[in-house]
Amino acid sequence: MIVAVASGKGGTGKTLIATNLFALLSKASYNVNLADCDAEEPNSLIFFKSTKESASEVRQMLPLFEPEACTYCGKCEEYCNYNAIFLLPEKRIFRLIEDLCHGCGACTYACKFDALKETEISLGEVGMYRVNSKSKLVEGRLRVGALTPVPVIKETIKASLDSEIVILDAPPGTSCPFIHTISKADYVLLVTEPTPFGLNDLKLSIQIVRQMEKPFSVIINRAGLGSDDVYKYLKKEKIKISMELQFDKEIAMIYSSGKLVIESRADIYQKFVKLSESIIHN
Amino acid sequence: MKVAITSTGNSTDAVLDSRFGRCSWFIIYDTELKSTEFIPNPNIDSIEGAGIASARLIASKGAEKVISGEFGAKVKGVFDSLNIKLIVIKEENKTIKDIIKLFQK
Ligand code: SF4
Ligand code: SF4
Repeated sequence: MIVAVASGKGGTGKTLIATNLFALLSKASYNVNLADCDAEEPNSLIFFKSTKESASEVRQMLPLFEPEACTYCGKCEEYCNYNAIFLLPEKRIFRLIEDLCHGCGACTYACKFDALKETEISLGEVGMYRVNSKSKLVEGRLRVGALTPVPVIKETIKASLDSEIVILDAPPGTSCPFIHTISKADYVLLVTEPTPFGLNDLKLSIQIVRQMEKPFSVIINRAGLGSDDVYKYLKKEKIKISMELQFDKEIAMIYSSGKLVIESRADIYQKFVKLSESIIHN
Repeated sequence: MKVAITSTGNSTDAVLDSRFGRCSWFIIYDTELKSTEFIPNPNIDSIEGAGIASARLIASKGAEKVISGEFGAKVKGVFDSLNIKLIVIKEENKTIKDIIKLFQK
């Protein structure tokens, strides 16, 4: 079973939930993996004592243009489905818009004049960390300046699938990286906080998760802050709240010192036990 | 000189379209001939790279200036390297006619 822990924006406590849930299940000797898919800022690793087992680089093909060989025939531009090639034959201008390039290779295939060579760039790394004999943490880490995190996220998820339960710490936002992560999940936990911004982002995420027809429930973090608008909304939409964590300075301090909350707070431990039961027996 | 303007419709009474890559129409105004050409934007439904494809269209028409409500970073980069000047007009409801007048003075 694959569970994604997600939120529309950063800082709602998504990693707090993902790491504590993972810790609880791994201590209960489930076969469980945690995949940190927040590749732009992975930070799940600090909560665990682990040993690095291996790492692999994620690469993408990038066409390399050879101006001397180019006849400006326009074939490459025609083949590119992503508008990544900007060609002005009359001015003999060729430009590759790297941000738009998906490395599909259609242009290098199309060019009959050997003016496009295939090179590779590194997008990032997938690291495997052993936490105990039945669980590991897989961390996706984007190279600084890399154009898109999606291929790194893909590989991170792939590397984490060899387990009974997989928890995905999803990237924030509601764009491609988020959608890709959710698409792999059997169940989605949406983490929010009861503030107007939180509610707004929650609505956007719910819209996407519903479109993708994924079963989901909501976790309210820092309950007691803000207003009860989020509760009214969830009630109206008949959405299940699977856990509530009260706003609590101590929790915030434990988290920010890189420790697991379930290890020092029995009340929170109990909440995570209930949460894990509700997901596993879903 | 040719000027490209993003427009919401195919007449000079239409107002400026504030989006560059996904505008409805491109209007190419020739300041010497005082002629206008209307081109429907073929890139409206592009999933990605509408701006780049539109930049290519405009550059191939030989425009030296482009007027719109906003330009993305990738598009700016391409236009800069082609030495095509970008003019941003933030006033909504400005008609194409009014914008053309600016070039007739
Ligand atoms: S297909 Fe090859 S030769 Fe033709 S324009 Fe593209 S790079 Fe140049
Ligand atoms: S590799 Fe694919 S996406 Fe990249 S420029 Fe070539 S055709 Fe376009």
